[in-house]
Amino acid sequence: MKQYLLSMYQPHGDPPPPEVLGPIMRDLEAVHQEMEAAGAWVFTSRLHPTSSATVVRVEDGEALITDGPYIEGKEHIGGFVVIRAADLDAALEWGRRLARAGTLPIEVRPFLGEYEA
Amino acid sequence: MSAISASDVERVFRQEYGRAVAVLVRVLGDIDSAEEAVQDAFTEAVRRWPSTGLPPSPAGWIITTARNRGIDRFRRESTRQERHAQAALLDPGHLGHPGDLGDEPSQDGPVRDDRLRLIFTCCHPSLAPGTRVALTLRLLGGLTTAEIARAFLVPEATMAQRLVRAKNKIRDAGIPYRVPAEAELPDRFRAVLAVVYLVFNEGYAASSGDRLVREDLCAEAVRLGRLLAELMPDEPEVMGLLALMLLLESRRAARTTPGGDLVLLADQDRGRWDRELIAEGQAIVRQCLRRDRPGPYQIQAAINAVHSDAPTAADTDWRQIVALYDQLLAPAPNPVAALNRAVAVAEVDGPQAALSLVDALDLGGYHLFHAIRADLLRRLGRDAEAAQAYEAAIARTGNTAERDFLRRNLSALGPA
Repeated sequence: MKQYLLSMYQPHGDPPPPEVLGPIMRDLEAVHQEMEAAGAWVFTSRLHPTSSATVVRVEDGEALITDGPYIEGKEHIGGFVVIRAADLDAALEWGRRLARAGTLPIEVRPFLGEYEA
Repeated sequence: MSAISASDVERVFRQEYGRAVAVLVRVLGDIDSAEEAVQDAFTEAVRRWPSTGLPPSPAGWIITTARNRGIDRFRRESTRQERHAQAALLDPGHLGHPGDLGDEPSQDGPVRDDRLRLIFTCCHPSLAPGTRVALTLRLLGGLTTAEIARAFLVPEATMAQRLVRAKNKIRDAGIPYRVPAEAELPDRFRAVLAVVYLVFNEGYAASSGDRLVREDLCAEAVRLGRLLAELMPDEPEVMGLLALMLLLESRRAARTTPGGDLVLLADQDRGRWDRELIAEGQAIVRQCLRRDRPGPYQIQAAINAVHSDAPTAADTDWRQIVALYDQLLAPAPNPVAALNRAVAVAEVDGPQAALSLVDALDLGGYHLFHAIRADLLRRLGRDAEAAQAYEAAIARTGNTAERDFLRRNLSALGPA
């Protein structure tokens, strides 16, 4: 078994209104339940927008703290799910279901190393 | 017993490399180890065969030797380190694992299935299209990295790096080594056909370089097409693609002058067409018609079969060709196919009708769009506009033979 990071990319800006977001969250929850039932689910997290991010970096031994995301882009990672899957095809199938439910692109990336089933 | 030379071994290498690598990937569970083991076996063959003669089954000999070498190497390395990880690799459960989502369990089928699995791995949608082509040529075609680099006009180091990255991705991301489940098969299958046709097209009308045709790439694509036909004879589109390539390939000798200049279909010496390839291609097209499960490759093959039927260009059944293009375009718009349809319409309804079809297409970046417009304008006597269109076509082609052809047409316009 391998573990995969499924990152959800969302555009900057306000989230959709509740009447749109509500059904999306319900669909995402349904996919999560399927993942749990299949023994694929490991961990899920949602993130605050990048405007809440702070960057720390060390220069000349000093830790510098600056406002904002490290990389400015049109999209940012809004949340992620860690799953375990036998191979990329199985991971992509979960990615497909998440993308469909969440209406946003999903990046599927393998973790280093193998894991116990 | 005839003497075995290095070139005999090379021929066997080219023929059997893909089959051997495919088996070894299943046995060893890793592409790099498989390639190394097969390479070792061929090195051994070069050493041995000149004195022992060609074994009864060279492929069998290579596979057995590679398997023994691979497992030896593997044991040697396990005694040094990573004993644990290596043991996991030898576990048969590691190979072709069943997915989480209820797809079929692994099936240790015959060698046939190994090559099919390898094709689907090489053409996995998570790999970039160019990478799929390179991997397929390397692992199934047995082309060297240097040959692939030359074919695509990139430095060998660049191609080597691309192949290493692709193999790493297959390993690290866990791209499975198996024939996809029924539900994904149609999509995955189209990707495989597209890779083979890309190889053929790059050979048939090299997008850049001095020569119009790269015979080696065409031959390789036809060989891959034959392999697919052997592995998936029940897929009409596989047969359609093979027929299409055979019919196009049949005109190769007539497509260029001895000096390498391009000759259009209408001006080709049809006596130089390869009758054997035509017969084979047309037989497949007839088979496809009987099966009646048409698809884009089959229809394109049928269009080319109509051309092959005509003893002279004037005998071409253009109405039939227009009808086939209509069928090709029915499911979805396709501007390049629509452009080719317009060429046929010019023969049925005249250049003016064709020109209005061409002008409606959004293909300004495509050199053939301008070349075809130029030809239609020339036939309508609108030389100044034709000249402009030839210039636009010349500016957009990277192939020397095509550019020369367009220049000749341009200078033939009006009073010199």
